[in-house]
Amino acid sequence: MTFDAVSLVLLTVISAATPLLFAALGELVVEKSGVLNLGVEGMMIVGAVAAFAVASGTGSGSLGVAAGAVAGAALAFIFGVLTLTLAANQVATGLALTIFGLGLSSLIGAGYVGIPVPPLAKLAVPGISDLPLVGPLLFGHDALVYLSIVAVIAVAWFLKKSRAGMILRAVGESDISAHSIGYDVIAVRYRAVLFGGAMAGLGGAFLSLSYTPLWAEGMTAGRGWIALALVVFASWRPWRLLAGAYLFGGVTIAQLYTQSAGGLGIPAQVMSMLPYLATILVLTIIAAGPWKGRLNAPACLGKPFRPST
Amino acid sequence: MFKDLSRRRFLAGSTAAAGALALGGRTALGADPLKVGFVYVGPVGDFGWTHGHDLGRKAIEKEFGDKVKTTFVENVAEGPDAERVIRQLASSGNKLIFTTSFGFMNQTVKVAKQFPDVMFEHATGFKTAKNLSVYNARFYEGRAVIGTIAGHMTKTGKFGYIASFPIPEVVMGINAFILAARKVRPDAEIKVVWVNSWYDPGKEADATKALIDQGCDVITQHTDSPAPIQTAGSRGVLCFGQASDMTTFAPEQHATAILDVWGPYYVERVKAVLDGTWQTSNVWQGFKEGMVEMAPYNKNLPGEVVEAAESVRKGIIAGTLHPFTGPINDQSGAEKIPAGQTIPDGDLLGMDWYVEGVSA
Amino acid sequence: MSPKAPLFKIEPRREVSRGLLYATPLLAVALTVVAGFFIFLAMGYDPFLALYHFFVSPLLTVYGWSELMVKGAPLIMIGVGLAVGFRANVWNIGAEGQLTMGAVAGGAVALAFWGEETALTLPLMCLAGIAGGMAYAAIPAFLKTRFGVNEILTSLMLTYVATLFLSTLVYGPLKDPLGFNFPQSRMFGDAALLPILAGGTRLHLGTFIALAIAVAGWVLMTFTIVGFQVRVLGQAPQAARFAGFSGPRLVWLVLLLSGGLAGLAGLFEVAGPIGQLVPQISPGYGFTAIIVAFLGRLHPLGIILSGLLMALSYIGGETAQVEVGLPQAVTGVFQGLLLFFLLASDFLVRYRLRLRGAVAVQPQAAE
Repeated sequence: MTFDAVSLVLLTVISAATPLLFAALGELVVEKSGVLNLGVEGMMIVGAVAAFAVASGTGSGSLGVAAGAVAGAALAFIFGVLTLTLAANQVATGLALTIFGLGLSSLIGAGYVGIPVPPLAKLAVPGISDLPLVGPLLFGHDALVYLSIVAVIAVAWFLKKSRAGMILRAVGESDISAHSIGYDVIAVRYRAVLFGGAMAGLGGAFLSLSYTPLWAEGMTAGRGWIALALVVFASWRPWRLLAGAYLFGGVTIAQLYTQSAGGLGIPAQVMSMLPYLATILVLTIIAAGPWKGRLNAPACLGKPFRPST
Repeated sequence: MFKDLSRRRFLAGSTAAAGALALGGRTALGADPLKVGFVYVGPVGDFGWTHGHDLGRKAIEKEFGDKVKTTFVENVAEGPDAERVIRQLASSGNKLIFTTSFGFMNQTVKVAKQFPDVMFEHATGFKTAKNLSVYNARFYEGRAVIGTIAGHMTKTGKFGYIASFPIPEVVMGINAFILAARKVRPDAEIKVVWVNSWYDPGKEADATKALIDQGCDVITQHTDSPAPIQTAGSRGVLCFGQASDMTTFAPEQHATAILDVWGPYYVERVKAVLDGTWQTSNVWQGFKEGMVEMAPYNKNLPGEVVEAAESVRKGIIAGTLHPFTGPINDQSGAEKIPAGQTIPDGDLLGMDWYVEGVSA
Repeated sequence: MSPKAPLFKIEPRREVSRGLLYATPLLAVALTVVAGFFIFLAMGYDPFLALYHFFVSPLLTVYGWSELMVKGAPLIMIGVGLAVGFRANVWNIGAEGQLTMGAVAGGAVALAFWGEETALTLPLMCLAGIAGGMAYAAIPAFLKTRFGVNEILTSLMLTYVATLFLSTLVYGPLKDPLGFNFPQSRMFGDAALLPILAGGTRLHLGTFIALAIAVAGWVLMTFTIVGFQVRVLGQAPQAARFAGFSGPRLVWLVLLLSGGLAGLAGLFEVAGPIGQLVPQISPGYGFTAIIVAFLGRLHPLGIILSGLLMALSYIGGETAQVEVGLPQAVTGVFQGLLLFFLLASDFLVRYRLRLRGAVAVQPQAAE
């Protein structure tokens, strides 16, 4: 393949990976605080429809993106009330949130079927954008793609270096001790959960405003679940998450390109299995390899906490 | 993931002749409206297959007003749930029930047996009964028209086809498209990408990009979302809509679309029930009967291309042109259908081989 | 949002309140009814009629009850298996894939004997179904115990693979030779189908086996040493280690158990209401069963009730669509609300409000 062809493939990979990256990064922070929200798919799709509705109503893509984040966070708030304030089971609440979100999104979206919105503006730098390979790869995306990368850096910094990030990790590792030294466990977790919802909403907004600028029921098509898996895959590390999202996107796209190039005589179904099998394989190698990637799961993940003083 | 939109549609088969049993004399006596039920496999908001059937339902309401009352159940999973839903519709007084996906076939047959007074219409299946008709559209006729346009418009001679599942209807559509295109451009070839879904806008868009990146300059699809149109449009590549007119998603590049027009058939069947003349039928209708139509041609298409497309359409209506007329070679180049012969309907229905020029 | 109410404080109950245990689900349903009433009213539907069809009319006929069992049985079976795993902190999210593989294995047996079925065919199919589900759950079990790979990820990813595997088969080797090249197998022979227990319904033998399994699950968890070990492993892994329980052995055990039950549930679907192999066996039973397991408070007998309630919410949703014209989206929202209220109501069982100044309790994580 030529340089141009490679950069075209990579461009496709970037857009396939971006929604996963948003949603997974949000969930990573949530899980770091000790909360497991399986409702990513529901928050994503509500984000997608809200973004689309606002963008098509106001004509403003940025307002749409903001609406997506707010809608995702709103759904996450419901999750927070149930699991944090009322200490309901997180796994079941997350799944219920997905059912609720899918229903709510098709209710809101009923009037928006079959109409397009203008896609988000691409960032173009005259001169540089036209350079071969690097030009289109580094430039010419919309702002959300850059935001997703910036978010990885920010989350990595936040968790590792910032005081608030350390508190968040402490809460996720040992809620009881964090509480006893005076941190408000529930408040920290609320913030994480809302952030996770907003990020899932952004992932949804990317789907309905940039990836395929249209609204269609169920358009997330299971990406929220992949995002959840990616968090585990990344062993709760932001940089590994970035790699995981691009790896998954890459294998998905690679199989489509292989098919369109004439295939290898392998049934299409088997080709479609590759991203999932590759994910399992890579994770096994990481877990079994000599460097023994510690699993790193937050110790309090999924356990409800109720302060009583 | 909770609902896989896997859907199987199947063309009306040649297995059963029309039962020809009039079920007259039980309708439209009092003020009670005729209740008509619909079972959909997807959401009405899919802008594709189910959307098309729902337009048909609305056509009934428009035509008959107070004389009918329609009900639909959407997103019905093929399998045990479908049987319960169909039964529920039957027992709540619907006298005519349309089940609009191939995967509802065995369930419709079962319930039809239990409710001999209710009339059933199953889309794309092949099993009929005294109170069960089947109907389907000859979408391949539309594929021949868009294939003709593609043959004229292509520069690279490579077409991209985004396909769902290798069921006979999809295989038939791919073949009809390339056969028509090769009449204009004998060296043309078609690249197929299977996305293993009827409906995943993101994946359909990615497949479109992959095909364009491989040099395809015409994109067509047998999946339900407008994402391929939108993607092709943003890349300036010619494309064809599926099921609905998708011009708004690529105003300059959307050449035309193959439209599913169920309304007239639905109106006709409701009328038959109201008149007491409903009987089992097994129809496979196309351009001629109006079940398949072409959306308006894009203004950017050269006049002679539109003319060529129209002559295919008119030839099909007149019966002078059959898209599957020999000589037809298979992928290996061996002659499968000799010159002058056409593939009979029964063989089309189970088509599982590709013609020359397909790489799938 | 903050738990610090000025006058009251919230504290865990030392003993789970028996009365509330039974009263709270009713309270949750009542709240859902009230919320639903206003939602339906706001959307322009007759709220009484909609609620009636959601909760009542499916229960008025024998057929309705039989359907409740048909829909609830796979949820109960899978839910019981998953609950055992969840108690041991083993997170099998991939029951849907194990269900599919059980259906494939059992269905393949049915097709292998097609036209020559004997009395042994059906039992053999059941064994194959269990084996298929178990074998598929063995993959995450192996990867977890041998390499420490997280089972949430592997079991979920394998679900997608299972669906595609089934698809490869029904588009290929298992395709009905007389089926117009359509992706479905032959219809199973009569002797390969589960017997129907009541004429005019779809109540098959599998539904009763599902109930029996729930009871057996209760016995296992309550009265056996294995059940005790599972509970200890989940609640206090350290203690389990001191007591000498083998962690890996229990991981294998609960994954094989939940996989086998999911596989059997899949076999019951294809040998029951479906009657053949098709590209999609389950409308998400494997995932819904996770909710069922928690709504039933991970208790096998509770899971029977929650499985039936969940089934009712699906069937009621269909009925409301048919009878009132409620869009499916509204039924999804309503179902979500029902689950929210049910989950929230647990709070009352485990905590109570107490006036400030009463006995202080050390902060602690619940359960």
